[in-house]
Amino acid sequence: MKFFRLVLAQLLRKKVRTTLTIGSFTVALFLYGLLVTIRGAFSGGADVAGVDRLTVINKTSLIMPLPFSYRDRILRVPGVSGVTYATWFGGVYQDEKNFFPQFGVDKDTWFDVYAEYVLPKDQREAFLRDRQACLAGKSLAKRFGFKVGDRLPLRGTIWPGAWEFNVAGIYEGNRPEVDTTGLLFRFDYLEERRQFGKGTVGWYVVRLANPDDAVKVTRTIDEGFANSPFETLTQTEKAFATAFAKQMGNIEFLVMTIGSVVFFTLLLVTGNTMAIAVRERTGELAVLKTVGFSGPGVLALILAEAVLIAGQGGLIGLGLAKLFTLGGDPTRGLLGTFYLSWGSLGLGFMLALGVGAVAGILPGVAAMRLRVADALRRV
Amino acid sequence: MVRVDGKGNGESLIQVRDLDKKYQRGSEEIDVLQGLNLDVDKGDFVAFMGPSGSGKTTLLNLLGGLDLPSAGSITVAGDEITHMSASKLTAWRARHVGFIFQMYNLIPVLTAFGNVELPLLLTRLSKADRRRHVEAVLGVVGLSDRLDHYPRQLSGGQEQRVAIARAIVADPTFLLCDEPTGDLDRKSAEEIMDLVERLVHEHGKTVLMVTHDPRAAERAHTVLHLDKGVLVEGAGGGA
Ligand SMILES: Nc1ncnc2c1ncn2[C@@H]1O[C@H](COP(=O)(O)OP(=O)(O)OP(=O)(O)O)[C@@H](O)[C@H]1O
Ligand SMILES: [Mg+2]
Repeated sequence: MKFFRLVLAQLLRKKVRTTLTIGSFTVALFLYGLLVTIRGAFSGGADVAGVDRLTVINKTSLIMPLPFSYRDRILRVPGVSGVTYATWFGGVYQDEKNFFPQFGVDKDTWFDVYAEYVLPKDQREAFLRDRQACLAGKSLAKRFGFKVGDRLPLRGTIWPGAWEFNVAGIYEGNRPEVDTTGLLFRFDYLEERRQFGKGTVGWYVVRLANPDDAVKVTRTIDEGFANSPFETLTQTEKAFATAFAKQMGNIEFLVMTIGSVVFFTLLLVTGNTMAIAVRERTGELAVLKTVGFSGPGVLALILAEAVLIAGQGGLIGLGLAKLFTLGGDPTRGLLGTFYLSWGSLGLGFMLALGVGAVAGILPGVAAMRLRVADALRRV
Repeated sequence: MVRVDGKGNGESLIQVRDLDKKYQRGSEEIDVLQGLNLDVDKGDFVAFMGPSGSGKTTLLNLLGGLDLPSAGSITVAGDEITHMSASKLTAWRARHVGFIFQMYNLIPVLTAFGNVELPLLLTRLSKADRRRHVEAVLGVVGLSDRLDHYPRQLSGGQEQRVAIARAIVADPTFLLCDEPTGDLDRKSAEEIMDLVERLVHEHGKTVLMVTHDPRAAERAHTVLHLDKGVLVEGAGGGA
């Protein structure tokens, strides 16, 4: 602690330079925060996917249906503790540009499998009572101002016509990462009214009794339906979400590339600043060594200086990014999730400190090796 | 007693034997010190004189463990320092040597107090003890009222007094001064020399000082001249 003042005094010596370097970290870590958030939004929930869930889709294509009769056969597979299903509706609310996903889901089993969705008991009961009931996710409701009791008209595209739903409840996620931009309505209502596709569902979601059985259960299900007109492809939810996100283009790659360039630039800028800071202080470093500071001691002082700059800038940048994401999704609900997790913030902070340390290490080692007699001659 | 013939009785505080220092400059080899001998007792005050480039700074650096000789030995209070590892030498320096330079070499971002406190940061002293020591030595050099001044707010003579306070705060075995008055006007130089003399006479310090200034050299008990790589007593190369 007594050396802290020494480090601080050095930081305050060139206030403009210190501020600018801290600013570089602030900008870089702010950018990092946004990139991570966007990456999360485009990963289609791959990060929050339940490890105990499998998705069963038509092997030919995600948009091809599966027979309703598969439900009971899947339920009988050992290791399966629950099955639910959903169908993509693809309706339009007022205008094409108001896109949000809508699913016809099984009213009885959906919430057993998707435990991360939380809904007040009375709203759930209302959902079970009314055939035309629907549930809006919290961010969807916020986006369009839906309230319980509203009537919600959709124009069908796959199943044409005017469809009307009653908002029976607003569901939330049990964690901030959970996607609440969608609309759930009752599959039995869809089944009753649609002109074609009766007796099929879009996909099944399977809950495992034990996540370790994923491979075994996957194989049993797919082998059971092999050589039938509707062959299946069973995947973990994470693999499914990742594959789904790939359709959006390789956002991950883009984000990683931009992120790497940002951090590399930051490293060069900071490394250069530290090199200058050490060079102009050669005489003083020699004095420190003269009065008995060891080589490693001097190295530690310089590293501390670099890491302190990095830490400050990093904290400010990450703080701003967090504030920004708390302000909500700038696309007003188009992104599934728009959330900067504490884990990502922690990782960003570690990255900032790491960049600081690496930037300080070369000048620091030079200072450590500095020969006092030579350095004093130069002053 | 100060001797330069290498025939000391082995009880001197500082004993230098057959010291060689060569520098390599390109393909050329420069012999700066060649078989130099020196014995200095505790409480002695020695001045080194000699023309520019004769090797005075080189000798001080070797005595203070800032540089290593090409051959020969230096023993201080029983410790042979020429074979110490770098880290041992650093610790030895902190314990035994106080340096005073021509250019003061204060840290500009630290106050007088902060500069003087530097060597104590490496000790186990508590904050309160450090403060006591720093205030005491700043009192000795007559700067009790300048504790919170930064180097740029002090005159050259005051800066040098802060540097002296820094050199003596950890109570080293001996002081090495390289032209301590070289950058000062006559009056400030006199004040600095008064102070150095007091350190020797009142505080029992051992001082080895390089100087070009005959007035400063006059204050020393012994004046030695560096000539062709060895020390000689009395009139020698001149200043
Ligand atoms: N690192 C070095 N490499 C090569 N030559 C050096 C080195 N350091 C000192 N010298 C040479 O050694 C000789 C003695 O230098 P030194 O600085 O000890 O002289 P000095 O007596 O202190 O001179 P001055 O009175 O000008 O301070 C000079 O010729 C100098 O050029
Ligand atoms: Mg010199």
